[in-house]
Amino acid sequence: MIPSWLIDVGLLVIKLAVSLVGLLMIAAYLVLAERKLLGRMQIRLGPNRAGWHGALQPIADVVKMITKEDARPRGADLFLYWFAPAVTALTAFLIAAVVPFGPALNIFGHRFEPMVLDLNVGVLYALAFSSIGVYGVSLGGWASNSKYSLLGAVRAAAQMISYELPLALSLVPAVMLAGSLRLTDIVEAQAGLPFILVQPVAFAIFLIAAFAEAKRIPFDLPEAENELMAGFHTEYSGMRFGLYFLGEYVNMIVLGSLVTVFFLGGWHGPLLPPMVWFLLKVFALVFVMIWSRGTLPRLRWDQLMGFCWKVLTPLALVNIVVTAGIMVLLS
Amino acid sequence: MSDKRAPEQTGHVRRETTAGLRQAWGLVQGFAMTLRHVFRRPITFQYPEEKRTLPARTRARIVLTRDPDGQERCVACYLCSAACPVDCISMQSEERPDGRRWARWFRINFARCIFCGLCEEACPTLAIQLTPDFEMAEHGLLDLVAEKEDLLIDGGGKHPDYNFYRHAGVAVAGDKGEHIGEDEPVDVLSNHV
Repeated sequence: MIPSWLIDVGLLVIKLAVSLVGLLMIAAYLVLAERKLLGRMQIRLGPNRAGWHGALQPIADVVKMITKEDARPRGADLFLYWFAPAVTALTAFLIAAVVPFGPALNIFGHRFEPMVLDLNVGVLYALAFSSIGVYGVSLGGWASNSKYSLLGAVRAAAQMISYELPLALSLVPAVMLAGSLRLTDIVEAQAGLPFILVQPVAFAIFLIAAFAEAKRIPFDLPEAENELMAGFHTEYSGMRFGLYFLGEYVNMIVLGSLVTVFFLGGWHGPLLPPMVWFLLKVFALVFVMIWSRGTLPRLRWDQLMGFCWKVLTPLALVNIVVTAGIMVLLS
Repeated sequence: MSDKRAPEQTGHVRRETTAGLRQAWGLVQGFAMTLRHVFRRPITFQYPEEKRTLPARTRARIVLTRDPDGQERCVACYLCSAACPVDCISMQSEERPDGRRWARWFRINFARCIFCGLCEEACPTLAIQLTPDFEMAEHGLLDLVAEKEDLLIDGGGKHPDYNFYRHAGVAVAGDKGEHIGEDEPVDVLSNHV
C-alpha cells in the first residue's frame, strides 16, 4: 500500500513538471503565433521557412539563442547581471503555480486539483510575485552598466510599480464579491455570472494594468527599441536575453490566465470541458494583447504615468467604494 | 466674474468630452482595421521562389559594358573613381598603341560600395552601369572584391547603340558640321539667316 503522502508528493512533482513544460511550450509557440498574427495584420506572411508553415521556428530560435555568444559588458555587476533574467522568468513561472486550470477532480478517491498550489491567499501571492518581477528588470538594467539599460530599467521600475496599484485595486471588488482571496473560490463565485458583467470597470482597469505589467505595447517604454535600443536588455545576449524574452511571454500567459480567473469566470462554460474553456479564454486574451500590439502606438512617458495616477488609480478607488455601497444596499 | 466664466467652462468640458469620445472611436476604428487585415490575403513575395522583375534603373551589381563593336567602353578616365563617395573603385590607366586609353586593371570593392550610382552618372563613355541584379552575397569580404574580368560583360547594357569614339575623343575626320549629331556651323558675322 502506497502511503498517502507519497501519492501527494508524486502528484505535486507531476503537476510541477506538466505546468513547467506546458508553460514553456506555450510560451515558445506564443512567440511564433505573435509573429504570424502581426504578419497577417501587416498583410505579410510571417515566419514560414522552418518546418510546416514555420512550425519549427521556436526550436530554431532556441538553438540560435543557446549557441549565440554570451557577451557581458565590461564594468557590469556580474552577479546581478547573471541573476536578473532568472528573476524575471522565475517570478512569471511562480505566479503560474497558483492559477487554477480547472475544477478539483476525484481520481482514485484522491482529490486532484489541476493547479500546483491552492493558496488561501492566492491573490496576495500573485500580486506579490508580480511586484518582485520589477527586480529582475531594474537590476538587469542597472547591472548592465549602460545608460540605455539604466534608463529602460528606471522606466520599467516606475511603470511597473505605478501600475501595480490599479492592478491590485481593481482586484478588490472581485475579492469583495467572492468573499475570498483563494483563486478557486473566486472562480467558483463566478459559476453563474462572470465578474466582467458585474465589474466591467474593474475588468478594464485590470486589463490595462496587466498590459503595463507585462510591458506590452502600448506600455513597452522600458524596451522602446526606437529610443532605448531595447532598454533594460540592451546588453543581454544569447540565452540570458532568451530568459527575459521567455519571462515576458510566460507573463503574457500568466496575466491572461489571471484576467480569466478574476473576471472571465475561469474554467466555467457550457458544453466544452472546463480545461478547454480556460485555455480558450486565456488565448483570447493573449490574442487581444497581440492585436493591440499590431494596432496601438507607444505612449509618451508622461502620458503613461499620468494615465496611471490621474485616471486608473482614482477610478479603481471609486469603483471599490461604489461596489461596496451597492453590496451594502443589496444585502 | 464667475457668472461670465461659467458657460465658458461648461463649454470647455463639453469640448473635452466630445474630443475624448472621438479619440475613443478612433481607437475602435484602429482595432477594427487591424482585425480586418488578419483575414486579408498577404501580399508577400516569397523571395527565392518568386522573383520580381525589378525596374531597369535599379541600382545593384555594377558592370563594365562594351560598345557595339565589342570594344571595352572604359577609357580609364578615373571619373567614376573620383565621384565614388566611399572610394571603392580603383583602376590603372594605360594607353594602347593607337593612342586610345584603357584600364589595365579595374577593381570595385563591393564590400564598400553603397550603390549610389554616382559612378554611372560620372562616366562619359557610359561604360560603368548599375544593373538590377542584387543577388551578390558572399561569405568572405575578399570575395566581394570584383576585378575587371568579373565586371566586364559582353553587351552594351542600358545603351546598346552608344559608341563614345564616334562622338568624341578622337580627331574629327571631316569638315565642321559633318560629325555625328553635330549641327551646321553658324556664320556669326551674318545678320541674314
